[in-house]
Amino acid sequence: MNQEPEIVLETHAEPHTHRDDMGSKMGMWLFLFTELLLFGGMFLLYASYRYMYSAAFTAAALHLDPVVGTVNTIILLTSSLTVVIAIIALQKNQIRFSKLMLGFTFLCGIAFLVNKFFEWSTKFQHGIYPKGPALADMSNGESVFFGLYFVMTGLHGLHVIVGLIFFSFIYYFIYKEKITATNFQKFENAGLYWHLVDIIWIFLFPLFYLIH
Amino acid sequence: MDTNTEINTEHSHTSGYGLYISVWLGLVGLTVITVALAGINLAGLAVSVALAIALIKAGMVANYFMHVKFDNKVFKIFISVCIVIFLTMIILTFFDLTYRTPVK
Repeated sequence: MNQEPEIVLETHAEPHTHRDDMGSKMGMWLFLFTELLLFGGMFLLYASYRYMYSAAFTAAALHLDPVVGTVNTIILLTSSLTVVIAIIALQKNQIRFSKLMLGFTFLCGIAFLVNKFFEWSTKFQHGIYPKGPALADMSNGESVFFGLYFVMTGLHGLHVIVGLIFFSFIYYFIYKEKITATNFQKFENAGLYWHLVDIIWIFLFPLFYLIH
Repeated sequence: MDTNTEINTEHSHTSGYGLYISVWLGLVGLTVITVALAGINLAGLAVSVALAIALIKAGMVANYFMHVKFDNKVFKIFISVCIVIFLTMIILTFFDLTYRTPVK
């Protein structure tokens, strides 16, 4: 007999898995606190300047369109809901539905950014941008308002972009079955990030768009 | 599970979508209320009312969408500590702003 004997390997070839979902989530929350304090510092700056220049802030806010702000608020709130639904669907092993909801969330994020793009473009056309002609004619208070507006909504927009990058990875992991109905902490963490970005917008919206 | 596998999964299981859809409806409703109130002249109260509504909305997102309500106590303590630190910063800054004598 030439046939080689079949070698049976010991089954402990399986890698040792160490998974700590609770620790992972805690790490994410610690990161979210640093984010909260990053934006917190800016909200503090906003509060101080609004206290000093309240009339100028009211005048400057008239340049912003509350309709665009409201639409973007609804978009972000909806995208938060669809992330939650996508995670629950995954836990129920409804993979296709989960991917569909995640895709919808992604589109909401894009829609938010497109709105923001048009909003900023209009401001630029009117000469409202750092060192722009219209801004140079405004009072100190109004200039500060727009400075804060660009920095805070800009940083927030950057977070939306980062959230979308996170979600692209999550989609890929679900596709590759690295994220499954029993192993979804990464998805939950990305969701937590997205909800925090939503919460920040919840405060930005009335503070910039709804002053009268 | 394999004996080699060591997994710490502490997940609160929530079954339906209904709760989250009602939370979303509430959030959209509150957004509409804030926008509507902004059209009315509330004088000095406008900021407080807008912030109060924003706080309620943030609480809803954190408790339901971010699951804090169903989470381990540790997370609630962490979050409270963070919020207290932030509030301290705000209060101290406003003490400064209010009582500072302007330099002429």
